[in-house]
Amino acid sequence: MNVVHGALQSAPAASKGQPFLEIKNVAKTYGSVRGDVPALSDINLAIRSCEFISILGPSGCGKTTLLRCLAGQDQPSAGVISIDSKVVSGPPDNLGVVFQRDVLLEWRTVLQNVLLPVEVYRLNLQEWRQRALQSLTMLGLAGFEHRYPWELSGGMRQRVAISRALLLNPTLLLMDEPFGALDAMTRDELNLELQRIWMADSKTVVFVTHSITEAVFLADRVVVMSRSPGRIADVIEVDLARPRDLAIRETGEFARLCRRARLLFEQMGLMRGSLRV
Amino acid sequence: MSNQTLRTVAVIVGFLLFWEGACRLFNLPTYFLPAPSLVLAEICAEPRWYLEHCGYTLFTTALGFGLAVLVGVIAAVGITYSKLLENTLFTLLVSLNSVPKIALAPLFIIWLGTGAKSKVAISFLIAIFAIVVDTVLGLRSADPGALDLMKTMRSSAMQILFKIRVPGALPHMFAGMKVAISLALVGAIAGEFVASQEGLGFVIMQSQGMFQTVRVFAAILLLGVIGTVLFVLVDVAERLVCPWHVSHRLEQAEIAVRVRC
Repeated sequence: MNVVHGALQSAPAASKGQPFLEIKNVAKTYGSVRGDVPALSDINLAIRSCEFISILGPSGCGKTTLLRCLAGQDQPSAGVISIDSKVVSGPPDNLGVVFQRDVLLEWRTVLQNVLLPVEVYRLNLQEWRQRALQSLTMLGLAGFEHRYPWELSGGMRQRVAISRALLLNPTLLLMDEPFGALDAMTRDELNLELQRIWMADSKTVVFVTHSITEAVFLADRVVVMSRSPGRIADVIEVDLARPRDLAIRETGEFARLCRRARLLFEQMGLMRGSLRV
Repeated sequence: MSNQTLRTVAVIVGFLLFWEGACRLFNLPTYFLPAPSLVLAEICAEPRWYLEHCGYTLFTTALGFGLAVLVGVIAAVGITYSKLLENTLFTLLVSLNSVPKIALAPLFIIWLGTGAKSKVAISFLIAIFAIVVDTVLGLRSADPGALDLMKTMRSSAMQILFKIRVPGALPHMFAGMKVAISLALVGAIAGEFVASQEGLGFVIMQSQGMFQTVRVFAAILLLGVIGTVLFVLVDVAERLVCPWHVSHRLEQAEIAVRVRC
């Protein structure tokens, strides 16, 4: 119970100078009928505590595989991932995960869905109920606590999923294309909210996306990946001031960063520049 | 919903009127086809006697069904988690299902006697298959995303079973139970046909021997009522247990609209 929270305050302090999350020479191959399929190869990345990292890449570049390895759901075939100098061999402590699909449990109300981690970790439900309600209010879901997921729109459902991932105040938040299935306006709105949440209580975020704009808008650094096998093609530093508003996407600096990512994809042969002015 | 109920009642009443009219018009002999009014009068003449036999059949059916749900759900959990049970128990169950279970009824009379036990056993056996098959299907079709989510929280196998698999399987389980409840009644009657001193099946067999066709029809009518009531009970239980399920949503939305208006 306290294990979940105990490490929480000490984590950022302990990792000063040293990366919070370190990926060293990680490779992952999947066995299949036609032989081994390399999904990831030679991944090296050091993520500082409280850093916001976007992982940007085309589909099939292994970004989800990388995220699964970070979440301890998959083991790398080679190399080491360590969090706070501890090698990851299973789902780490203080972890929050948001998937592309909201994965809400249909038989639970919004509030019960958010409280799922509290039940799984056997924490005090009464104590956390208040926190869950606050978190729902913060995400604009006040008044929907007792609704069932099917009564909510896609954007609202994903807000519930985010609320669930954030409830226990994780030090590491992994997000796998969380807004990929939402319409553009809802997506913008949630990008802003995510930034606000991240700035309010410091946590390390690894955010997987295939949208260049989204990646640049949110991140401190954008990790661009290439395909077959998945490799890191480049890491782009984003030095834009925070908080960023949506209008920042119309600035020259923002455009320059996006162009850099796009050029990388063009070099990979994934985009034809002439068709996308 | 009330609209549909009204339609159903209207169709049944219409059918009974047609039957009554046909009997009177063609002056059919009572031993061949008694009019519904005679059947009703027969039940009203001896309500206690019919109630006792109803009670007996209802009791064996409910017990057989209850046991089938209990054993069936536990077996389904076992089959879902154990390859061995899947290969043995499930295979056996599926192959046994091709045998018409009513054919086994005489055996149960030999093994368990002519009392209630043999009826419960047949009822149980005939009902359990639908419950096991549907529950296994439900437990297996748990959302892989939800299982992933639970893994990132390092949840135990028990938590995954009770928080994800079982609630997700409930709609499937109820689908199986709706089939099973009707089959349980068939099983109980089959047992009573083979050898019994009580129950509506006994009433039918005894009256048939004496050409008391009115009694046969009275028992059939009561069986219809019992079957309907049992089915409705399972349906109501389903609405109470999984109101979130997609098949009830539309009705709920309709009710919500009506309440607001």
